[in-house]
Amino acid sequence: MRHVAIALATWLALLTPAWAVLPDEVLADPALETRARNLSHELRCMVCQNQSIDDSNADLARDLRVLVRERLQAGDSDRQVIDYVVARYGEFVLLKPRFSARNALLWGTPILLLLIGGAFIFVRARQGTSNEPRLSDDEQAAMERLLTKMDK
Amino acid sequence: MFAELGHFSLILALVISLALATLPHVGARRGDARLMALAPAAAWVAFALIGLAFACLVASYLRSDFSVANVYENSHSAKPLIYKITGTWGNHEGSMLLWVLILTLFGALVSIFGANLPATLRANVLAVQGWVGTAFFLFILITSNPFTRLNPAPIEGQDLNPILQDIGLAVHPPLLYLGYVGFSVCFSFAVAALIDGRIDAAWARWVRPWTLAAWLFLTGGIAMGSYWAYYELGWGGFWFWDPVENASFMPWLAGTALLHSAIVMEKRAALKIWTLLLAILTFSLSLLGTFLVRSGVLTSVHAFATDPGRGIFILCILVFFIGGSLALFAFRASRLTAGGLFHPVSREGALVLNNLFLTTATATVFVGTLYPLMVEAVGGDKISVGEPFFNLTFGPLMIPLLCMVPFGPLLAWKRGDIIAVSQRLMAAFGGALAVVLVVYLFKDGASVLAALGCGLAAWLILGALTDLWLKSGFGNLPPSQALRRLVGLPKSMFGTAAAHLGLGLTLLGIVGTISFQQERIVEIKPGETVEIAGYTLLFEGLRPFKGPNFDEEQGTFRIRSSGGSEIGSVVSAKRFYPARRMPTTEAGIRTMGFSQLYVSLGDQTETGGIVARIWWKPLVTLIWLGGLVMMAGGAISLFDRRLRVGAPARRKSALRPQSDPAS
Repeated sequence: MRHVAIALATWLALLTPAWAVLPDEVLADPALETRARNLSHELRCMVCQNQSIDDSNADLARDLRVLVRERLQAGDSDRQVIDYVVARYGEFVLLKPRFSARNALLWGTPILLLLIGGAFIFVRARQGTSNEPRLSDDEQAAMERLLTKMDK
Repeated sequence: MFAELGHFSLILALVISLALATLPHVGARRGDARLMALAPAAAWVAFALIGLAFACLVASYLRSDFSVANVYENSHSAKPLIYKITGTWGNHEGSMLLWVLILTLFGALVSIFGANLPATLRANVLAVQGWVGTAFFLFILITSNPFTRLNPAPIEGQDLNPILQDIGLAVHPPLLYLGYVGFSVCFSFAVAALIDGRIDAAWARWVRPWTLAAWLFLTGGIAMGSYWAYYELGWGGFWFWDPVENASFMPWLAGTALLHSAIVMEKRAALKIWTLLLAILTFSLSLLGTFLVRSGVLTSVHAFATDPGRGIFILCILVFFIGGSLALFAFRASRLTAGGLFHPVSREGALVLNNLFLTTATATVFVGTLYPLMVEAVGGDKISVGEPFFNLTFGPLMIPLLCMVPFGPLLAWKRGDIIAVSQRLMAAFGGALAVVLVVYLFKDGASVLAALGCGLAAWLILGALTDLWLKSGFGNLPPSQALRRLVGLPKSMFGTAAAHLGLGLTLLGIVGTISFQQERIVEIKPGETVEIAGYTLLFEGLRPFKGPNFDEEQGTFRIRSSGGSEIGSVVSAKRFYPARRMPTTEAGIRTMGFSQLYVSLGDQTETGGIVARIWWKPLVTLIWLGGLVMMAGGAISLFDRRLRVGAPARRKSALRPQSDPAS
């Protein structure tokens, strides 16, 4: 987190202090402005590290914010705006990478791990319980009495 | 003088550490008690030497000795005293020295508290600590020496980065490092067990308190860092999914998993091999975090250390320790005996599920953080992975985990009854449902998702309280008797409940802030007002102010409630530090209950106004208060009688490992 601070300080020093989303950028139509803000959160400021254009005060981020708003006013859908920006700046500009073959591992890891881990645990649990010698009902009841007593 | 003394003791510490890394291993192998007895002494001497080196660096800062390059680059004679001290670790070299100071501190602590550990285990553990120490002392001496002199000595220093001139620097890095490095103890225990080829009951009892201690510091470090970024960076975010944040978050997630699996191992002697692997992975992620931050590999403007020589050195350390320990694990793990059996529906089963989700979450953060690097390394074009990705992957992984939390502590060991537990949680569930309905119906602009989020937080909080309520027997016993039982409950039960309750508070803070935050971006002139969340802010104008080493323009806003009565004011400022010619924004924050009003100033406009961004952040302080409650939970658990050093119960169980009198 301290390093975030340093990052910020570094480019604050490099750039003239400006502002993320300035009053003069805000669109008059609140619905359009909300869409613009949402889109801005998904687009990266190209000259900053890991900052969306919505948060950044770099000049380039401002240009992109204005561009997004222009496209929206021209009647583009959200999808069209994103495609337009990607066509100009490459996929680097997306903070949420697309679902594509190259990004399969990125998007697949959580699901894959959960499935593999879950399957492993399931198999082990079945083995574990089937190997366990069975207790008679009396023994079972006695054991559970003891166990609950111990747990308390 | 001080710099040379510090440099010399650093070199001596390296020599001692080399002895510590080798001789006790030999002693443990040959059964030579004298060689093994060297370990605690060497650990102490290494700690004393690094303590001296660190004190020397602090002294150089206090004396503003600009003939020391590190002091020249990061200090200034006009800097306030507190920042002269904290500035010692506000730079790469100094922070590495803090890292090894804490590493040797943990070594010394293991030798104090480990007096009744089996001799070979203690010798091996300390020797592994010695290996880590040796690697990092070499790293500091070869690539990052804080004691390099300048000749001729400059008259004035270049000052500390203004953003670091904050009380946060005094708290955040030490806490974070206590967490990171604390996991080295778990790692050393794991490697020592692998070298020994066995895991006995003493091992299991030992790993948990160290994990708990490291975890509680890391929790504090992350929470503190988050609050620091929130108030210092001036745009009111509390978590950015920045690679450097992720670097500290991964060991936390893995450490949380370790904490839970260590419980199973301690109580039920199950999951031994998995716990061992997690101990290795957790510290590996700490090392990886250090590598990511220090090497500049993230090609980020985290311009802390962008020296390729350092990067390669740390990469070698990384390969040696992670590769080495995993190889050792691969060779030796089969020798370890698997532990007790349990039914899938049981406390153990719940903890296994907890581990499944936490490990998957760790892997998700890992892949998300490193994927851009991997794609670039194999020659693909550059891609970015940011907040929207993590919200879409990490978020859904957490929801089932959080839903399960209240069940865990209520399930019985070995074989639990999920239906009975569900019945006992009915009240908590009803309460959570009521919260969902109230938020959805009565809070303006609440989405279904926001209402469900608040309900989930309530479920966690009420679940934790239900756990204590039931365990002390309220409802079954007369209240006075139940109260006595509540007081007498093992501290680890309070610890669990507090940690889970803290998690609920943090979640409530996050949901509240994200869902109900309000924002105004305005250009405002003196005398004008702006309304937000029922409050009216009257801008009084800018006023210059001179600090010890900065100049400031302070903007004051008077706050009126909806009723019209004045309830105080908030001051937001723009600062300029002449030594570094660097501006910063000092957000004005007013806390009301758990919520905050956050005012940040931008540029002055030609028409005599100023751009202001004003936020209403409902329940935002709960994010960090929840972290504090989690920390408190860890601390309470740590003082559990069974974990306390020298307590009779511990001795007894060390002799008879299989019976656990307290569980």
